[in-house]
Amino acid sequence: MRRLDALTAVYPHFRDSVVVTIMGAVAAELQSLGHRPNFFYLQHAMGLASSMGLGIALTRPERQVVVFDGDGSVLMNLGGLTTLARYRPRNLVHVVFDNESLLSVGGFPTATSTGSDLAAIAAAAGVPRAATVTTVDGFETAFAEALAARDLTTLVAKVEAVGPARFVTDLGLLENRFSFARALQREQTT
Amino acid sequence: VSPVSASHSQLIYDALKGCGIRLMSALPETWLVHLIRLAEDDPEMILVRLAKEEEGVGLSAGAHLAGVKSAMLMQNHGFLASVNGIVSCAQLYRIPLLMLISHRGEFGERDPWQTEGGGVTEEVLRALRIPYALLDQPGHVAHRIAKAQTLALSSNKPVALLLCRDLMWED
Repeated sequence: MRRLDALTAVYPHFRDSVVVTIMGAVAAELQSLGHRPNFFYLQHAMGLASSMGLGIALTRPERQVVVFDGDGSVLMNLGGLTTLARYRPRNLVHVVFDNESLLSVGGFPTATSTGSDLAAIAAAAGVPRAATVTTVDGFETAFAEALAARDLTTLVAKVEAVGPARFVTDLGLLENRFSFARALQREQTT
Repeated sequence: VSPVSASHSQLIYDALKGCGIRLMSALPETWLVHLIRLAEDDPEMILVRLAKEEEGVGLSAGAHLAGVKSAMLMQNHGFLASVNGIVSCAQLYRIPLLMLISHRGEFGERDPWQTEGGGVTEEVLRALRIPYALLDQPGHVAHRIAKAQTLALSSNKPVALLLCRDLMWED
């Protein structure tokens, strides 16, 4: 499956969710579908998108949080899976787009290309719901089930190692950061 | 009986509560045992025990964007392990971090394995242009923590307080 098709399939769910993505192709592709003030793109600090999602999910338990992670990023913070599992925020869906490579720096293969299984690692870390999907239909169904389950889910979506032509968009990092915070905090007061 | 000062730990904890801190991330370290226990026993505090300190930068960033004040408890070796997150998350995105760092490896350190980190901690803080102060006497704990938090929030940047042996250890 292509990551852009997977994102397109679940995009309607993002109206009411807080969305945090990693850098690179995921951020650029989500913006190409239409940026919203409730989307934050962590354009560096590989590995910390899931930690940011945990910080939001624990402090705003009434909000559904969705993190779009990648295989390279998760591999840099495998310990973070144990922290997610330990606190088990029921309002967090953790999607890992696994293209088995570090696409944005030239496509070098990651350890998932030689068999490391991130869903199995998440399950063994204690994440209560963990699965791997390989088709857009399978992803769309599993994502909707994760939201309905109201429990911490790590969903590994196997995607092709293809991305957009450019990773830089016209949304400034700080513009995104301050408008995201304002949107998140405005919703708190209403 | 642990030589870690319970009364000074309480002083630090009360000062953090006085700043409105509602989430603390921590990685256990000898000097932090009382602080972590105080957070754990406080129903108003969200305590997140980490696998590695750098996760705490992400947690604090998420909490800040959600409108919640947080603090990070770690050893100076944990600070050294968090540098990329501090630079490429907190500094890149102008996130205030209140970092309380146990300053191991100072004069008086008996553990040979702690002796390298102490000598580089302040140099690394300066290289990162992170404002910091020492907490080494009980008299200045409350106002230094409050002033550190004020600067973190007004500048939207990380600040650090080094918890020193003279404050944390009674022997």
